[in-house]
Amino acid sequence: MGWYARSLGKRKIFEFIVLLVFVFFFLGPLLNLVLLAFSGKWQYPAMLPQIWSLEWWSFVLTKEEVLSSISLSFGIAAIVTVASILICIPAAYAFARIRFPLSRWFLFSFLLTNAFPKMGLYVSIAVLFYQVGLMNTLLGIVLIHIVNTLMFMTWIPAAAFKSVHQAQEESARDVGAGPFRVFWHITLPMALPGILVASIFTFLSSLDEAQGTFMVGIPDFKTMPLVMYSIVEDYPSTAGAVFSIIMTLPTIILLMGARRFVNADVMSSGFQMK
Amino acid sequence: MDVKEEEVLLSIRSLQKTYKTGDGVRDINLDIRKGELITLLGPSGCGKTTVLRTIGGFLNPDAGEVKIENQSILHLPPEKRPTAMVFQSYNLWPHMTVYDNLAFGLKLRKTGKQQIREKVEQVLKLVRLPGTEKKYPSQLSGGQQQRVAVARALLLEPKVLLLDEPFSALDAKLRMEMREELREIQAAGNLTMVFVTHDQEEALSISDRIVVMNSGRIEQVASPQDIYDQPSSLFVAQFIGRMNFLNGQASKDGIQVQSLRFGNDKGLAGEVTVAVRPEDMVMQDPSAAGMSGTVRQVMVLGHYAEVSVETPAGMTKVFLPREEARALLTGAEVHLGISRATAYSKTS
Repeated sequence: MGWYARSLGKRKIFEFIVLLVFVFFFLGPLLNLVLLAFSGKWQYPAMLPQIWSLEWWSFVLTKEEVLSSISLSFGIAAIVTVASILICIPAAYAFARIRFPLSRWFLFSFLLTNAFPKMGLYVSIAVLFYQVGLMNTLLGIVLIHIVNTLMFMTWIPAAAFKSVHQAQEESARDVGAGPFRVFWHITLPMALPGILVASIFTFLSSLDEAQGTFMVGIPDFKTMPLVMYSIVEDYPSTAGAVFSIIMTLPTIILLMGARRFVNADVMSSGFQMK
Repeated sequence: MDVKEEEVLLSIRSLQKTYKTGDGVRDINLDIRKGELITLLGPSGCGKTTVLRTIGGFLNPDAGEVKIENQSILHLPPEKRPTAMVFQSYNLWPHMTVYDNLAFGLKLRKTGKQQIREKVEQVLKLVRLPGTEKKYPSQLSGGQQQRVAVARALLLEPKVLLLDEPFSALDAKLRMEMREELREIQAAGNLTMVFVTHDQEEALSISDRIVVMNSGRIEQVASPQDIYDQPSSLFVAQFIGRMNFLNGQASKDGIQVQSLRFGNDKGLAGEVTVAVRPEDMVMQDPSAAGMSGTVRQVMVLGHYAEVSVETPAGMTKVFLPREEARALLTGAEVHLGISRATAYSKTS
């Protein structure tokens, strides 16, 4: 072993240690979470749980409140995603193709909602929602969620549309396609990876949203994150671990599925100010 | 213009388009015959692409008329025009295979599947890319992509094929091959083409006629031979090929450059600029009339040599056969004559 370490050189060994530390910090908590979720008894000095058990899984999955929150969350996330696509894709196309005064400032203004402390923003929105009767409604929750998704749902697809060259659209016009056909057959498919990535992030951020939903949706709309708060507060940490795995699963599955499209390029091109 | 009316396929009349920046084109009049390959040539920003895009329907002119077979096409959107365009780059749609790229236009025209298959196969053979149907554009080289783009335009059987600097992104050797191939396809199908380029060599080599443009106007329309031999303006003389410009004096008797004298066909007067091609400068006996000068540099450029001679009329380039140039040394005194020259008034 000694000769092997020496042959690698100091630099390589240092890099390896940095990697190990990184993996430990990154995956350690997740591993702990998984172990905790499947444990029946796990007391301090032991490295692994003394008793394995699915007890808390059956507890969480048979709780009526939990099951309904899962379906509610996925339903809301789906509605929010579709609604943001309908609102933001045309806007993104306009930002990418049409030159209008102050367009850059409009695009920049989408960042504002992320610049304020969220709670302050939600409180003022809640005041407004009281006046128009949107408190404790599905529409109110969807609107609150869209506030958060506007930015990347516009920025990333706008960059994707921009990367479709005008000549590619023009040559489609040239061979006989009208403007709508060009958009449907040429522009949209070419921008699809960017739109897909943005949609996935929209879906996940809606699934994860707690503060705004808490302000607007209580008491009738208890989504997964809200139920999780109460579970973490009311039951042993094992129940919280089980539930957070349930909440992490969709994120992992979606990101794995879209791995082909999600890359640093798509993301960074969305956040360039040109 | 010397085109008979019944032969005209595409006619442009008093076309005008001004951009906000003040650039644009004015007074464009052009008649193009069926089966002709015409080149719009000029420096960048001269308006050649503006004219082409106006024909294709991607720009609306401010004034003027564009007719194909005597029918105005200006009110038609690009998809309804009997034209097809090959763009400079980014021609193909990367998410479609070569087959889908080619078939897209035909599908829109509701052509039958079997027929599309046959036509695509045929046109790929024509551009020498048989069997590439299933490939994606990213799997082809730049030259191959541009060939597919030409094929896609040809499939539409346009009355006029428009090409916007189609080979400028390719390397020099490939560019030459593509030129030859395009010329063959054009001649074989008796196709009418309007070709935009800023490369004078390209224009001279493939065109039936060249339209030289400068700052939004047409300077000259003529065959490559005539453009080269009789440039109608100083701009064309400067833009096409190599040229020496010498100071001269015009009078009724003729034009005088040093001790040389030519006929004054254009009836110029006063100070004139005389344009002489380097190959039209000849070495002469000291006894004959001519300009004396000193050799400053001899560069051998393949089968010929370029000799720089300092004369009282200015630095002059002379092209000589390599053998003849071998005897010349830097600093040698020579006597130059001129076999052909064109004069331009200095005031215009």
